[in-house]
Amino acid sequence: MELSALIFLSAGLFLGWSLGANDAANVFGTAVATRMVRFGTAAAITSVFCILGAVISGAGAAHTLGTLGSVNAIAGAFVVTLAAGYTVLQMTKLGLPVSTTQAIVGAIVGWNIFSGSITDYAALTKILGTWIICPLLAAIVAIPVFRLTEFVVYRSKFHLLRQDAYTRIALIVAGILGAYSLGANNIANVVGVFLAVSPFTDFSIAGLINLDPADQLFMIGGLAIAAGVITYSKRVMMTVGDGISTLSPVAAFVAVIAHSVVLFLFASEGLEHLLASAGLPTIPLVPVSSSQAIVGAVIGISLTKGVHTVRWKLVGNIALAWASTPLIAAAISIFSLFVVQNVFNQNVFQPTSYTLTEAALRQLDAKAMPGEALRPLVGETFKDGAGFLKAANQRVALTQAQEKQLLWHAESGDYRIELAKIKKFDDGWMTAEQLAALRRLDGRHFDYKWQLAAALADQSVAWQGLPENKVNKLHNKEIGERLTAVFRAFAVKP
Amino acid sequence: MSFRIDISKLRLFDRGSVVEGQIDQFLDKLTESGLIFQKALKAYFEKSYQPEMEPLVEQCSAIESKADALRRDIETQLYVQTLIPDLRGDVMQLLERLDGLINCYEANLYRFSIQRPDIPRELSADFIELTQTCGVSVDVVVLAVRAFFRDIDAVRDHCAKVMFYEHEADVVSSRLQRAIFSLSLPLDQKIHLRYFVERIDELANAAEDVADALTIYAIKRRI
Repeated sequence: MELSALIFLSAGLFLGWSLGANDAANVFGTAVATRMVRFGTAAAITSVFCILGAVISGAGAAHTLGTLGSVNAIAGAFVVTLAAGYTVLQMTKLGLPVSTTQAIVGAIVGWNIFSGSITDYAALTKILGTWIICPLLAAIVAIPVFRLTEFVVYRSKFHLLRQDAYTRIALIVAGILGAYSLGANNIANVVGVFLAVSPFTDFSIAGLINLDPADQLFMIGGLAIAAGVITYSKRVMMTVGDGISTLSPVAAFVAVIAHSVVLFLFASEGLEHLLASAGLPTIPLVPVSSSQAIVGAVIGISLTKGVHTVRWKLVGNIALAWASTPLIAAAISIFSLFVVQNVFNQNVFQPTSYTLTEAALRQLDAKAMPGEALRPLVGETFKDGAGFLKAANQRVALTQAQEKQLLWHAESGDYRIELAKIKKFDDGWMTAEQLAALRRLDGRHFDYKWQLAAALADQSVAWQGLPENKVNKLHNKEIGERLTAVFRAFAVKP
Repeated sequence: MSFRIDISKLRLFDRGSVVEGQIDQFLDKLTESGLIFQKALKAYFEKSYQPEMEPLVEQCSAIESKADALRRDIETQLYVQTLIPDLRGDVMQLLERLDGLINCYEANLYRFSIQRPDIPRELSADFIELTQTCGVSVDVVVLAVRAFFRDIDAVRDHCAKVMFYEHEADVVSSRLQRAIFSLSLPLDQKIHLRYFVERIDELANAAEDVADALTIYAIKRRI
């Protein structure tokens, strides 16, 4: 087992620990703070279901690698992960609920700036939206849910103790579901990127349960999250469940439900696909985050009892923490990347070069892009995306979508399809048709991602994107994820 | 931090419903002791002291002991099983106040049994009316408490009735005291009778205190 692999992996485990310490509050904060569920019970449930979620439902993440997948050097991913984990830890120390994903995105922006890579501004505006729209929506959803619950509880005339028992069970069930999805949704961010350096080998328990290296890594990531929950999550839980406002046990449950409703209705691409496929109007998807949603829901419920019941000073601090999390993560990331690159002499990014070819130009023309105006750039190699886009924009003003297209058609690389590497995808993640198409390309070599994508699309319709609309969105996203995995798998390391 | 799983603690419905039943039993004890109190005193005011009163006093005392044991058990269960964490303190105070009412019934019966005040015939009707009014105020408190556990919206109505009966009891008590002091009786007897009027009226006052507290608990009980 290589020492460097362990060191790299430790950053992922640290991030997992921070995530557990902070995000467990979204799941059990209100239940623990209202003393309906003991902290020990909540920690035990969260830990178990986080690990189950990570191992059972995190499987697809073995290929998509999560948000950190865009960081193209392992030492860089290590630093970015560490920066994000450290930022979340500081916020947890202050007892403030923040979004771990936003810390990661912030740290990646730092890496983008440091490496001269292009930052997807859509991701940044998405975060901005999450700070405002998400809590607002959660508050708006929480109010009618609370009123409805109030109506049902008063009408049902349950004995106080029976109501107490039902609420407790409801809180535990909601907590179990929340913990499971916490593990499933975040495991990729925690350890996904370190899969490439995973020191594990296949492992079998009595020939019954087979754990491949990804499963083992995810289990360890899940354990790290669990450790965070058990050792350090109480502070943030108390902020969410008792700090913002004092909640009754039933209100604690309503907060969790309202937060889940917001996540499900406004962030579920699956639901959008289902509605669009049935010809029904879709609910607009908005950027949401669990941490922001639970805070919004608690505020919404408290507002039904009067504005004075909310501790606005703390809400202000939380908002400040939200805004500063990505900024701090980015700053730490840039500084640490500088140190790791120059002091420890580590390669923190793989430079990506951009060269426009005649063939690419023809593709751009076909997509109604101003290809002619860009012709002077043909053959010229740019060392980073920012410089390339600057040169292109000097010739013709491009929209953000056009810039994306241009980068896609000019990003050069070295991709060789080898049968041995295709085996990696034998785990059922890709369809048989997609795998067959990939096999047919055995031995072929590509200089550009778009060429490889086009070759695959030529081989099979299973690799072809469909016209962009709400029904096809999920399909196109899946193809995109599989293509990214193919690029990563067949890239020839310089 | 302990992660030991105690299966008995997972029986969430069981543990709640046992205490739920105990609370109902406790309230039944309060109602029962009230009925015995009324029965014993009605006979006393109508026929003066009779030895038949003693079994009733003992019965009330036995109920008080059972109610005490029930209350202690309920309180222990509430704590041990961490039931209703947000309202546990309120419910315990409530039960203690109600226990005070049972004590009041019992203590009054013992007072009559031991001191055997000489009630002039012309005051009997007023004494019976005072006893009944105080008894009703306690009965309505029991309804208010049951509503607190099951039908929160009804608490207010019941509490308003308690206030009304407490006022009624005050009116009867004042009238009775005026009547006592207007009779040509020895001063020591007048003072003795006044003492009993005050002790009986105390029940209505205690009931009103419970209703006052209950009004606040009901606000806190709203989700």
